[in-house]
Amino acid sequence: MSALLAAGTAFPTPEIEYSAIAPMLVVFSAAMLGVLVEAFLPRLLRRRAQLIITFVALAVALGFVVAERGRRGFVVEGAVAIDGPALFFQGTILVVSFVAALVMAERSVDPAGDAFAPRASALPGSVDEQELTARGWLQTEVWPLFLFSVGGMMLFPAATDLLTMFVALEILSLPLYLLAGMARRRRLLSQEAALKYFVLGAFSSGFFLYGTALLYGYAGSVSLSAIATALSVNSQAALLVVAGATLLTVGLLFKVAAAPFHQWTPDVYVGAPTPVTGFMAAGVKVAAFGALLRIMYVALGGLRWDWRPVMYVVAVLTMVVGTIIALTQSDIKRMLAYSAIAQTGFILIGVLSTNAMGLSGTMFYLLAYGLATVGAFAVVTLVRDPAGEATHLSQWAGLGKRSPLVAAAFALFLLAFAGIPLTSGFSGKFAVFTAGVAGGATGVVVIAVIVSAVAAFFYIRVIVLMFFSEPAADGPVVVVPSSFTTIAVALTAAATIVLGVLPQPVFDLVSHAGLFIR
Amino acid sequence: MFPWLTTIAVVPLVGGVVLLAMPKGRELLAKQVALAFSLVALVLTVFAALAFDKTRAGDLQLTEVHQWIPAFGIDYAVGVDGVALVLLALTTILVPIVILAGWHDADSAAASVKGYFALVLILEAFTVGVFAATDLFLFYILFEAMLLPVFFLIGRYGGPQRSYAAMKFLLYGLLGGLIMLAALIGLYVVSAQNGPGTFDFTTLVGLHIDPVTQRWLFLGFFIAFAIKAPLVPLHTWLPDAAAESTPGTNVLLIGVLDKVGTFGMLRYCLELFPDASHWATPVVIVLCVVGIIYGALLAIGQTDLYRLIAYTSVSHFGFIGLGIFAMTSQGQAGATLYMVNHGFTIAALFIILGFLVNRRGSRNIADFGGVQKVAPLLAGTFLVAGLSSLALPGLSSFVSEFLVLVGTFERYKAVAVISTVAIVLAALYILLMYRRTMTGDTPDIVRERVHDLKGREMLAVVPLLAIIIGLGVAPQPVLDVINPAVDRVMATIGATDPAPVVPAQAAEGTAP
Repeated sequence: MSALLAAGTAFPTPEIEYSAIAPMLVVFSAAMLGVLVEAFLPRLLRRRAQLIITFVALAVALGFVVAERGRRGFVVEGAVAIDGPALFFQGTILVVSFVAALVMAERSVDPAGDAFAPRASALPGSVDEQELTARGWLQTEVWPLFLFSVGGMMLFPAATDLLTMFVALEILSLPLYLLAGMARRRRLLSQEAALKYFVLGAFSSGFFLYGTALLYGYAGSVSLSAIATALSVNSQAALLVVAGATLLTVGLLFKVAAAPFHQWTPDVYVGAPTPVTGFMAAGVKVAAFGALLRIMYVALGGLRWDWRPVMYVVAVLTMVVGTIIALTQSDIKRMLAYSAIAQTGFILIGVLSTNAMGLSGTMFYLLAYGLATVGAFAVVTLVRDPAGEATHLSQWAGLGKRSPLVAAAFALFLLAFAGIPLTSGFSGKFAVFTAGVAGGATGVVVIAVIVSAVAAFFYIRVIVLMFFSEPAADGPVVVVPSSFTTIAVALTAAATIVLGVLPQPVFDLVSHAGLFIR
Repeated sequence: MFPWLTTIAVVPLVGGVVLLAMPKGRELLAKQVALAFSLVALVLTVFAALAFDKTRAGDLQLTEVHQWIPAFGIDYAVGVDGVALVLLALTTILVPIVILAGWHDADSAAASVKGYFALVLILEAFTVGVFAATDLFLFYILFEAMLLPVFFLIGRYGGPQRSYAAMKFLLYGLLGGLIMLAALIGLYVVSAQNGPGTFDFTTLVGLHIDPVTQRWLFLGFFIAFAIKAPLVPLHTWLPDAAAESTPGTNVLLIGVLDKVGTFGMLRYCLELFPDASHWATPVVIVLCVVGIIYGALLAIGQTDLYRLIAYTSVSHFGFIGLGIFAMTSQGQAGATLYMVNHGFTIAALFIILGFLVNRRGSRNIADFGGVQKVAPLLAGTFLVAGLSSLALPGLSSFVSEFLVLVGTFERYKAVAVISTVAIVLAALYILLMYRRTMTGDTPDIVRERVHDLKGREMLAVVPLLAIIIGLGVAPQPVLDVINPAVDRVMATIGATDPAPVVPAQAAEGTAP
């Protein structure tokens, strides 16, 4: 007993700066509170309680991020870095999640309830399911899952060692695998998407972990700065570090949906409930790019002459593949999925320019892209026929005549994706392209510019369809949503315009965020 | 100092928003409001022109500078020199005329009438901004933004193939714009290497850029402007767009918007990249000459009235490009004057043809004949506009075409000689069209449907003809404003007019 006590005193108490990690603590605590709510509150009260917990937690966490904005340093025994980029990414994730949560909370667009299956365990098409639907049950477990995922996303770009990063990656991914399989409509498709996402996601986690192991073997540590030090000491890049870095990067490129690791994206985006698609398209991308940037700039900065050419190829391949395949799509969600892949290619230009402008440009792009993406998928939830969402392109014909406002909002998001001036997408593209040219990647930027012109075709095609065609007689209806989705679409549309016309405040924010601390 | 230029751009923009906010069903009121806003912009332009000091027309005047995105050295900066001022005036004069002439253009369209006029006004605002911008980023933004109103004007109010034409127009424009964006970013990065990066035109003019980079940047800008102008072989969007647009859209598209391309070549390509411009001149001149002849030949072969006029424009844009790249002061002054004259001439042609086509319900030349018997005013005014298009002495285009040819002849004799062939071809395409549509027997359907111009229509056409004749007889006031600006361009690019090769005695004898 005394021996145990002696050992206990010898074990140093870890020093934890609670205020610095308060944003993450708030979100994780709220998630656990949500689990308790599921266990102890009667069914009727759960939805309201979960909504209050979720929105309050996100708002409070954002408040903490703002309050900590000046803080720089390693916390929690060096496992987490609180620096400008980390705080900006956390803020972005919280803002995007808040808007995505508004879309998820929508209950009036589907006559049967919200976007999620009444009970995910009920067999699709079974009597059980019909009964639950008739009783109007809602699956409120989505909210704790959502919050766990948000917490993981916040930890991912702030983690300073590969193991913490891995834990964060799993925390953000596992709830998403579940959420992807919970669609109320087209449930088989949704479950297939979830399984596909899970299997491929586990595969990519394996790559990440294997890469971590090899880098540990090289540097003797999983800490990013230790790996950087080891690289600077050894003049030659050993096979071990190249292999490790490659595997690690593959794992991350999978998460950001870069070619050739993008195969899962279209199926998962299409199968998942549309509000979840918007959330993961935006949130996962922000978090994973944050982590990718930290690894590339902090740990592997000394190797940049080796990985930059590879990133050139990946970036070009991603934008070309995303764009070319998007040209042939006839389903709006699939088209948006391939467009998301193409956008990844553009954002990678910011990563591979390896300068301060590239970092700040990427941060701006992610915020602009994240908000527009959530908005675009929110609009997709509104165009419905009796079977659910009407996602075939031909069903969107003449939407501009029927619902000019909804069509105008969607057109705005598409114009932002296409990078038309005075939208947020243009400001973001301009920032990363400028960083790319300044960083010596002029060739990639020229290709990106030409690809943008091609990509404009499929974005504009939808606008043509919405505004220049006659609506079909038996076309879908645009349902009038409750204030949840209305606010989400209005917020994202406003942000898309403001970030396009007056981007200076956000440019100030990202350039003052500075670099990663090492 | 009153912000004239911003006000001229904001007034139509406000007008556009007001129109969009108006209730449905008040169509007459919408048209009147649109006309009122465009007239206010015109009056403001007159005041701005009075505030403009013509003695230093080579300087950027009426300037306003406000910080916009300091992170990238981007300002909201506007100002005009002589060239920009006359093009701005062209815009604000043509818009009320287009609104008046296109009073019923949108009535039969499926989309709303107020939307049509709102788009026209929004387009006017962007166009004024493009001519006035002196910050390259602002210029680029408006250059791209201009595409959208035109895209909707063609796509929502055009002919049967309107979706295709609108899409083709937009994609061509976007491609050009994005290539320019790459060059613009390159230019910014170069400027950032020698101090704080900037997009300010006057600062960038003095920038030293190494020759190879300069060529790439020049190409980026030039391709964008060549698509916009359009120059052969990048012209293929124009006939499709012209064929499917309403006459009013065509006036704004070909009469005004395409001038942004040639204006950009003169202002930005030459002044920012003088060495590269000299390097590219031989190729550009060849493309212009090809355009002049090819456009004219294709115009002769057209069976569609709008396409025919579109191809004559391809030929005329060749002349304008030739004048700019001849790098003589006469050539460039002629080219600038040509931009103005072509704008008014093409406006008259499209507006009058629009009246005719809307009455007959067909753009096909073979469906017409003997119009002058049933609509003598229409045929007569059309003849005047047509003669201006073929550069008949006494009408406006003659002066500019002559100046371009003289300016070119000073430097490139063979080129000038070949280009004069187009004058003969111009007579062919205009007069053949006139003969086929206006003279001969009048088919019953033409007799039945085509009636002569009425009050509102005359009100739109008369000012155009007055300007065409006025500028033909007395072009000097306009040239006085243009010349100092052209001299500045010539000085920036380090070009001097070739010394006239005349026997010494003769020169002594004629010199005053």
